[in-house]
Amino acid sequence: MQRQVALVKQSLFDQGYLDEQFMELEDLQDDANPNFVEEVATLYFKDSARLINNIDQALERGSFDFNRLDSYMHQFKGSSTSIGASKVKTECTMFREYCRAGNAEGCLRTFQQLKKEHATLRKKLEHYFQMARQAGPKETARRPK
Amino acid sequence: MMNPGHGRGPDSGVVGGGSNSDPFPAGLRVLVVDDDPTCLMILERMLRTCLYRVTKCNRAEIALSLLRKNKNGFDIVISDVHMPDMDGFKLLEHVGLEMDLPVIMMSADDSKSVVLKGVTHGAVDYLIKPVRIEALKNIWQHVVRKKRNDRNVSEQSGGSIEETTGGGGGERERQQHQQQERDDDDADNNSSSANEGTWKSSRKRKEEEVDEQGDDKEDSSSLKKPRVVWSVELHQQFVAAVNHLGVDKAVPKKILEMMNVPGLTRENVASHLQKYRIYLRRLGGVSQHQGNMNHSFMTGQDPSFVPLSGFDHLQALAAASHLPAQSLAQLQATGLGRPSLTKPVMSPLVDQRSVFSFENPKMRFGDGHVGGNKQTSLLHGVPTAMEPKQFAGSSSRMLMPPSMLPSLGQQQQQMLSSSSRVVLPATHSVFNNFPSELQRNSFPLASAPTCYQEEVNSSDARGFANNPSYDVFNDFPQQQQHHNNDNNKMNDWDLRNIGLAFNSHQENTAAFSASEAYSSSQRKRRDTDVTFVAEHSQNQNQPPQNRSLHQMNQIYMGGGGPVRVKTEAVTCPPPTTTLFHEQYHQEDLMSALLKQEGIPNEFDFDGYSIDNIPV
Repeated sequence: MQRQVALVKQSLFDQGYLDEQFMELEDLQDDANPNFVEEVATLYFKDSARLINNIDQALERGSFDFNRLDSYMHQFKGSSTSIGASKVKTECTMFREYCRAGNAEGCLRTFQQLKKEHATLRKKLEHYFQMARQAGPKETARRPK
Repeated sequence: MMNPGHGRGPDSGVVGGGSNSDPFPAGLRVLVVDDDPTCLMILERMLRTCLYRVTKCNRAEIALSLLRKNKNGFDIVISDVHMPDMDGFKLLEHVGLEMDLPVIMMSADDSKSVVLKGVTHGAVDYLIKPVRIEALKNIWQHVVRKKRNDRNVSEQSGGSIEETTGGGGGERERQQHQQQERDDDDADNNSSSANEGTWKSSRKRKEEEVDEQGDDKEDSSSLKKPRVVWSVELHQQFVAAVNHLGVDKAVPKKILEMMNVPGLTRENVASHLQKYRIYLRRLGGVSQHQGNMNHSFMTGQDPSFVPLSGFDHLQALAAASHLPAQSLAQLQATGLGRPSLTKPVMSPLVDQRSVFSFENPKMRFGDGHVGGNKQTSLLHGVPTAMEPKQFAGSSSRMLMPPSMLPSLGQQQQQMLSSSSRVVLPATHSVFNNFPSELQRNSFPLASAPTCYQEEVNSSDARGFANNPSYDVFNDFPQQQQHHNNDNNKMNDWDLRNIGLAFNSHQENTAAFSASEAYSSSQRKRRDTDVTFVAEHSQNQNQPPQNRSLHQMNQIYMGGGGPVRVKTEAVTCPPPTTTLFHEQYHQEDLMSALLKQEGIPNEFDFDGYSIDNIPV
């Protein structure tokens, strides 16, 4: 079971969903903070959902305030890099480039892609955490409330 | 100032992974500010893993109030750059102004301009997100460094980032001493002589500086008296008033009047003004660092860069502060030889100077990065009216062929050359061009009060371009020189290059500085008129110059370190300054041209101090 978890994780890295920053987070996890990574991930998805919502609204308005979009995306990128969400980060970067270029079309397209990657990562991570909980014999197996 | 958490807190007994028997880094009190909850959570975890005591905060305003409430409650601040309520740089500014804590900036934005902005605003470090725990493990060093520097500051009455090589308190005495007998070539003496300028420039200033220190210390270490909270708005009002009055001329009373805030006392303003000046000074110090940074970027090109930057600072400072030429010369020498020495000089300087120095980096490197910062606004108060042609394109000009440069002021060219050694060949040629044009221009100067900072690389087009009052004084000496030695002109101007020479030949450097100081001082004292200066230079200096010049040329050609140093420093008085006769006591216009030639044992100087030309 533990091996399975390791495999799942490895595949996340191999497929480029995660980068080494995620390992950093796992290193921070210890007995005192057994669920640290999952807590962070939960927080990330909660907060990024808010950001996505903001950007959605801004885009729907039709008038492209690129500065504002860029600012939102900057934050998005900051938190994405912090948890090692590699693919999402890439999309964030691209989005910001489109913002700077004033390319509304590119922004819209990239944002769709970003949301997709974001959702995929969420699913995959949830799966991973779930497996980890099942596999973990220790108290790490408990989901934080 | 703040104790870096020695044995403080519950963690003190616990030794972290990275620490040894000394628990010190453990228990370091860190305030981390980030509006991104995810980042904040991770940072907090990382910092705790480092055994620091962490306070987290998701808004800059809250962080500021926390800091104000508990001024001695933190050792270091880590702040995000982009935050909705208050820009990280703003927070940085306030922290620098009010608590003088080391601040680390962080951002996912890794563009050079933003990083540079962080550094120029006084951040001790800039971390790119994602922040790694390895980076956080070492942040305690900033606390230690800061503390050490503060100690130095208090000893030397200067506030700046790097430590000085010399010992502290006795420096001023030594300076005085040296002024009378300057036969000592020791590097320390150089630095002290550099300070001398400041010391000399005005006693009043010195006292003021001392007071500043005192206040600063008091403020940071003990908070007995009720304090006015300098809110962002209030501070902006304050800055606006200071800018309006001119940084150098702003006095608490006038600022108070301008601000017109009920309840605010003159003392409040005075205290804040002092801190603000310290803050500006610090920025000046930062700029120096910038120079160094740039230097590192250009690695392999010239070691002289670093010294030069320091040197520029000094000169800029000198110019701004009306330091005597001799001090400039010394500064230059020291700066060239040893970047570290520059600091002491810097510290005494007032904001204005620091501003100048700040600007310098831009000029030298021609990067737009530095520009656009707040510092630019600082120039407000500074009288800067250089003719566009003189200063324009200072940075770019350096690279241009000499023929292009003729329009540039001599000084500027010199500055340029000094600032960027790489360009040296070009600059040399540039120098040649100087004499003819500049000289003419410069003469008119006599009538008009002008400050000239040639040596300061900082002749930022912006900064100086605005001042109508600036003229080029330096030309006088040059003229003479040039007349005498047209061929040698190039060499003379090469002085900037000395930095190289200095680096390679420290001994020579020391000698230079000493000699420079000597000559300059004498001349200054003697010369009060431009004509006077001219005469001096002709009568006394010329013969030696020629000789030295030749030598210089040879040396230069030989590929050896440039031996000669020539510095021209013209101080820029505030526009309103009218008294020129009192060079030392007031901000006057002074232009000092120093020439040094660096063959050991042989020195030539042309030091001109154009003190006040009554307009």
